[in-house]
Amino acid sequence: MTPDPTRSSLAGRGAPAGTSGFWRADPSGTGSRGSRVIGTLALVGLAVLALFALVLSPSDAGPNASVNEFGEMVRILYVHVPVAIICFLAFAVTAFASAMVLWRKTEFWDLLAAASAEVGVVFTVLTLITGSLWGHVAWGTWWEWDARLTSTALLLVLFVGYLALRRAITDPQVRARRAAIAGLIAFADVPIVHFSVDWWRSLHQPATITRFDPTIDGIELFTLMLGMVVFLTTYVWLMIHRFRLQYVQARLDDRGLDVALEERRAEASAALATTAGIRQ
Amino acid sequence: MIRAGYARPRADQLYAPPHCRALAGTGTVRTVVMEPVVHFRGAICLLERFPALAGVDLDVAAGEVVLLQGPNGAGKTTLLRACAGLVPVITGTARVLGHDLTVDRRSVRRQVGMLGHSTGLYDDLTVADNVRFWARSAGAGLAEAEAALTRLGLDGRLRDVAVARLSSGQRRRTSLAAMIARRPLLWLLDEPHATLDQAGRDLVDGLIADAVAAGATVLFASHELDRANAVAHRSVTVAGGIVQDGCTASGAAGRPAAPPVSAHAPLGNVANVP
Amino acid sequence: MFRDAALVAGKDLRLEWRSRVTTNQVMPFAVLVLVLFAFALDPDRRILVEATPGLFWLAVLFSALLAIQRAFVVESIDGVRDGLRLSGLDPAGIFLGKAAGIAVHLLALELVLGAGVAVFYGAHLGSPVLLVLTCLAATTGLASAGSLYGVLAAGLRVRETILPLLLLPVVAPVLIGATQAFEAGFRGTPADGWRWFGLLAVFALMYTIIGLFAFDPLLEEA
Repeated sequence: MTPDPTRSSLAGRGAPAGTSGFWRADPSGTGSRGSRVIGTLALVGLAVLALFALVLSPSDAGPNASVNEFGEMVRILYVHVPVAIICFLAFAVTAFASAMVLWRKTEFWDLLAAASAEVGVVFTVLTLITGSLWGHVAWGTWWEWDARLTSTALLLVLFVGYLALRRAITDPQVRARRAAIAGLIAFADVPIVHFSVDWWRSLHQPATITRFDPTIDGIELFTLMLGMVVFLTTYVWLMIHRFRLQYVQARLDDRGLDVALEERRAEASAALATTAGIRQ
Repeated sequence: MIRAGYARPRADQLYAPPHCRALAGTGTVRTVVMEPVVHFRGAICLLERFPALAGVDLDVAAGEVVLLQGPNGAGKTTLLRACAGLVPVITGTARVLGHDLTVDRRSVRRQVGMLGHSTGLYDDLTVADNVRFWARSAGAGLAEAEAALTRLGLDGRLRDVAVARLSSGQRRRTSLAAMIARRPLLWLLDEPHATLDQAGRDLVDGLIADAVAAGATVLFASHELDRANAVAHRSVTVAGGIVQDGCTASGAAGRPAAPPVSAHAPLGNVANVP
Repeated sequence: MFRDAALVAGKDLRLEWRSRVTTNQVMPFAVLVLVLFAFALDPDRRILVEATPGLFWLAVLFSALLAIQRAFVVESIDGVRDGLRLSGLDPAGIFLGKAAGIAVHLLALELVLGAGVAVFYGAHLGSPVLLVLTCLAATTGLASAGSLYGVLAAGLRVRETILPLLLLPVVAPVLIGATQAFEAGFRGTPADGWRWFGLLAVFALMYTIIGLFAFDPLLEEA
């Protein structure tokens, strides 16, 4: 059975690169009306979030303060919590897309996994930075080996290893397959990492202090939810652009292949003509 | 081990694929209903995005000895590896020993034997260790391994010498022994005479003759045209990823060229590649 | 599949017997690591004794990297990989065989290191059953995960540098678990340690099963 090249897998059925429509990318770049809308929403959202988080929501002091009285620094959590959740989401997306690559074998899922991994690294670093800041506020040190920070650090290294593997392989089909397997193997490790680190730290530290007081409500809850939405929008916007960039790169490589095919054929007929000429 | 009852075809019984039949003279060729051992049409193989095979048409009948000649970089090695099922065939038809390589290229591997440029041997193990391991991994027994060692003249002092300490000619013999212990149906040899001395080259010719007498088919690439043409039934030229004279009858003239791949059709076919 | 595994494991052990790389190079390296730890940490024995389980497993981990690299460098010789694919050996069997070979080397290593630790750091073995079982579970996990990443990295040109980066984060839980189990074992309070042994066993089981399925696609497409 001859595979049909026009309907082939790993030849992209991802974000279309046409020129019209809400979601189609502008030929001069990876933007589109759709992505611009999302980007604007994200920017506006960030501004609103800043307003709420930094100004309008109450600080952790006075009559409603929590046990530890963090004061103004509690505002870090409005960034830390959403960013941490998005970083885990990005990892989950990479794992899911890796599984789909192995099942469906289309290029779309491979590009999605790669884009999510890259954006995920950004969010993981942000998580670690804000977590470290929070730790400095809460415990006075820049780093504490509590369960969550340690697991996140390990997650970062797993991500970085995944990206290093992708960079080490040049053939796109081989890269898609191997990176997908590596991604899934790393993902399978996550629950074990979580449990081992948790048990390990619980020996020395009965409870982590990064837990937010569960009875938050009103404006604090709203700000937290707003933060989730805004950072999710930012994630989506970054993903769209990263994905499209990789898609365009893959199409460029494909075109190079067709050219190479023609050149190879030309070399063939030249060589055969020479041998025919020699024989006569 | 695995032996099919292929009878060696007589000269007037050479199988001619349909379009070559049209070119052959009438009455002198009787077709035998026997599938060719190797059947490629428009096969394209990519090596890291480079089209090593750019549309190969080839037919090899059972019991034939076919020589692949051509300049360096023409794709001879890739063609041999494709026949072994080691390289995925992206488009076109590719059937070897009845297995469709575009669907499943694993099941054919047990039935072919390949001798490549590299030795394929473990340097730290001895000659006997290597031949025994490779024979047993293909399902052959120790008896076949011993027979192979004897046939290749390796059962004297050289048996227990580590491969790393052998000369390249002796390593080639060891690789050959490892291959013939498996009793493959299709032999794929990439420059078998290279690095061997006169005695070694005669030995290779003898092995090829024995193999054909036992019913195997041999496809080999070589630059030693005089010796190779003496051994081969026919020869084909490989250049720029395509094969000239791929089918049995004198068929280069008048054959349609392989259809060019559309410039707009992306070639990343992996859905159907096993 | 088991027949193929036995064949491959036998080949690896015979290879080791003839070349003596693990005995001549990896084991001395492991002992050297123990000595270097003593240099880096206070020669005051108390610190070394307290840190012994962790140092032991760190030495095992680093030596395991060498052992895995060696196991797959051998298969990366031009033509051997093709030979393995052509041979018709069951890839799951090849995986089991490679992992078994690596596990045997690691177990021998741990024996030597155990003796080293007892001598150099003056460690006292509390409950040997827990210690032995921990070694078995941790070694199985290391060998399985190592074989997976070994074959993944073997096809790359940058294999020496990328294997540690890929493998070490994944086996970090093994380090944590084995260290805790050893601590419990040394202290003589095995009750704490069995939970960790369970974790190690789960890790080993999971990666062995993953390896059985994932080794085949990774062996293809060098």
